[in-house]
Amino acid sequence: MRYETVIGLEVHIELATESKIFCSCSAKFGGEQNDHVCPACCGMPGMLPIVNKHVVDLGMAAGMMLNCDINRVTTFDKKSYYYPDLPCSYQTTQWFAPVSVNGRVDIETSKGKKSIRIKQIHMEEDAGKLVHDDWTNTSLVDFNRTSVPLIEIVSQPDLSSAEEVIAYLERLRSLLRFAKVSECRMEQGSMRCDVNLSVRPEGSDVLGVRTEMKNMNSLSAIARAIEYETARHIDAIENGTEELVQETRRWDDTKGASFAMRNKETAGDYRYFPDPNVMPIVIDDEWFNTVKSNLPEFPEVKKARYIDELGLAEGDAEHLIQSRAFCDCFEGAYEVCGNAKEAANWLIFDCSKILNQKQQTVDQLNISGKALGELIKLVLDEKVSRANAKKILSAMFEEELDPAEYAKANGFIVSNDTGAMESVIAAVIAADPKSVNDYKNGKEKALMALFGKCMKELKGNCNPQVLREMLLKSIENA
Amino acid sequence: MKLYVSQSSAAAGCVAVDDMILTTDQPTAAGSKMLDGYMSLFGAEVVEKIKAAGYEVGGKVNVGEFSIDMLGETSFYGECADESGKLAGAVAEVVKADGVKACLTLDVNGMPRRAAAIAKTVFLKPTYGTVSRYGTIPVACSGETVGVMANTTANLRDVLEAVIGHDDKDGTSLSDEKCALLKRDSDFKAVKKIAVIKAMTDKVDGAVAADIDAFKAVAEKNGIEVCEIDGSELLAAKAAWNVLMSAELCNNVSRYDGVKYGYRTPNYTNIDELYTNSRTEAFGMLLKSAILYGSQSLLYTEKNRGAYDKSLRVRRVVYDYMAKLFEEYDALLMPVCSKAAYTKADTDSNVTLSFEENVYTAPASITGLPAVVVNGVQLVGKAFSDSALLAVAEICEKEGK
Repeated sequence: MRYETVIGLEVHIELATESKIFCSCSAKFGGEQNDHVCPACCGMPGMLPIVNKHVVDLGMAAGMMLNCDINRVTTFDKKSYYYPDLPCSYQTTQWFAPVSVNGRVDIETSKGKKSIRIKQIHMEEDAGKLVHDDWTNTSLVDFNRTSVPLIEIVSQPDLSSAEEVIAYLERLRSLLRFAKVSECRMEQGSMRCDVNLSVRPEGSDVLGVRTEMKNMNSLSAIARAIEYETARHIDAIENGTEELVQETRRWDDTKGASFAMRNKETAGDYRYFPDPNVMPIVIDDEWFNTVKSNLPEFPEVKKARYIDELGLAEGDAEHLIQSRAFCDCFEGAYEVCGNAKEAANWLIFDCSKILNQKQQTVDQLNISGKALGELIKLVLDEKVSRANAKKILSAMFEEELDPAEYAKANGFIVSNDTGAMESVIAAVIAADPKSVNDYKNGKEKALMALFGKCMKELKGNCNPQVLREMLLKSIENA
Repeated sequence: MKLYVSQSSAAAGCVAVDDMILTTDQPTAAGSKMLDGYMSLFGAEVVEKIKAAGYEVGGKVNVGEFSIDMLGETSFYGECADESGKLAGAVAEVVKADGVKACLTLDVNGMPRRAAAIAKTVFLKPTYGTVSRYGTIPVACSGETVGVMANTTANLRDVLEAVIGHDDKDGTSLSDEKCALLKRDSDFKAVKKIAVIKAMTDKVDGAVAADIDAFKAVAEKNGIEVCEIDGSELLAAKAAWNVLMSAELCNNVSRYDGVKYGYRTPNYTNIDELYTNSRTEAFGMLLKSAILYGSQSLLYTEKNRGAYDKSLRVRRVVYDYMAKLFEEYDALLMPVCSKAAYTKADTDSNVTLSFEENVYTAPASITGLPAVVVNGVQLVGKAFSDSALLAVAEICEKEGK
């Protein structure tokens, strides 16, 4: 018999806010243990939750990017369960009226295009972190992550393979990075994924027994886990190797296997109820429109525009839309220098190279498009040589600077002083008669050597075309 | 009565706060072994406000465990009772005996109202949202309110005006403009017509009935019309409030798990035992009952959408019913409790007595409407009519008993 896999995903994404969801503590990743805590986020009695409005902005933005309907009245609810990393023994989340519902994400795989329905996106607070010390047999709690804002994106069970799941997650990541909702960095846990999976005979409309694998945080592990779970389910159905039960399982990537987790709770036991301390949040037209107008173009709309209107090659456009930071910088640079091809090249080659050297991701690009545009303009206007412009670019990655002023201060401005050029040429020719002779005897390379020496003497600050012509003339006369 | 006393408690400039209100210089225990000796890192907004108004915090007054009992009888620190065993709420005894200007006390389940009725002090549970709950131990957040108790209405008004006002730290706090409606000079329509809720007054003992009759006489003498209506609908508030209060309580006290602060059992070998034994050893019987009741009411099954949801609907029905009554009447007169006195024996034999006696206090708790207790009776008014209700209390004071 042939089987099909039915997969639904719950994706947790940490929002890119400065502060936590209900208090003003820093929401930054890392820090000394229990450094980003206050009486509110470590569950002391008497503190009341005050909703961080930026969290709602981002919850709405995520919903809009994923084609959701926005609930104009959205509420927070309490979810009760005991765990030492949950200081109040309840999590404030959204159960009855989540901020965004009924969305859609379009993906493309080797099997073609497909739409994945989004059931809902809700906002909630993260829990803390337990640190286990086997040596002293103790467990300690770090509350830094407690109350860091999250959204949970719940898909319908529309996915049917690891390839689709990866395509879906990559698409989510791209859209949400674009809208600056989150950096979606799986390695830092700012994007985590619960995989709900069941298997049924192909064509059946009855769902099989579902298992859930929690807190997956790498795409390759997710792919392996899905393949393993699918095989395990099919084996159980066909060969009766084990009885499938609805349960939560833990994926062990090193062992390449999933294991059942102790699970005493079912959904009904969370005892959700509306948080009486958080008034319903009413999203009026003004608020809605402000968030909507701040949304970026969708990546493929940008890509089409780059190709059709700005004349970029498809490969270049595709490269740029991998990152919102690149797009912003590209658009800013283009506006100043007016040359899309140049702007794209500087980003794709030169900036990428520097980021690589600094071991930074494309999203960490921190130079302004305006400055890059000004730098390109200096090159195009032949005021700074390309080689020197690259030096200026490196400096721009270290500090914010005005390229023209920096060029001036560092002697990078091309000089049109032909007198200075003539004396340098004369000196170089006089010092290297061998190369002059070689060139005269037909060795083209010798000219390059002489040209390079002149350029070096002039610190690159001359018009190469003019220098070449003057050099040739001097050689002829020599 | 007082658990902790400040060094300088100059009576006239001194306001006491109950053990549900967090202070940074004195422990706050909510009357529970769980929080015995708990020192908060921050003080309640009301404490900051009374200090800013020039008052001293005169001490911490004992309450029952999380203040859901009758008259403080479930406190870890013992009840407040006279030699005959008659219970007195410590908050009222402090006001009467110590001569503090007033006492701020969190009205969760009517305890301060009962204490005021028995001790014949004046108490106001203000309109919900006019006094910040920031820094009060949370129990039933959707209905509890910091109230003010005093010997005289004038003192009560002074302290009330010091503590009302918007607070950014409390998401349910109303605007300064709304809060200002509670002030003396508010031109809120005076109370001209009062409805006595017969469904409640029928059930009280002779002494309480006498208080009600005396009040009626004073009111009528001062040109206030007093009518009688059945008002059985209001009796539904009790069951709904017990569910809502217990559900919120269950959730709010779940943070006391022995992990972070508060009582931790010495008897555990794993996390489940740590939770269970800490809570079993530190919580009293009434609180445990409320936790179980509240937890159960929040459970969802396929057939039953939960007692909690139904209670939310009853809350709305009660509110609408009262709003309709307020089209005709300016205030509703209800007893505060069915008897003029309770003993430890009463509460020992019926641990959850406060979940029955709150039939009189639940309508104002569940709706957040203001309630004044004066001369042993309770007047419930429409939202923001606090000052008008206090004006009636002033009339009673002027007339004496």
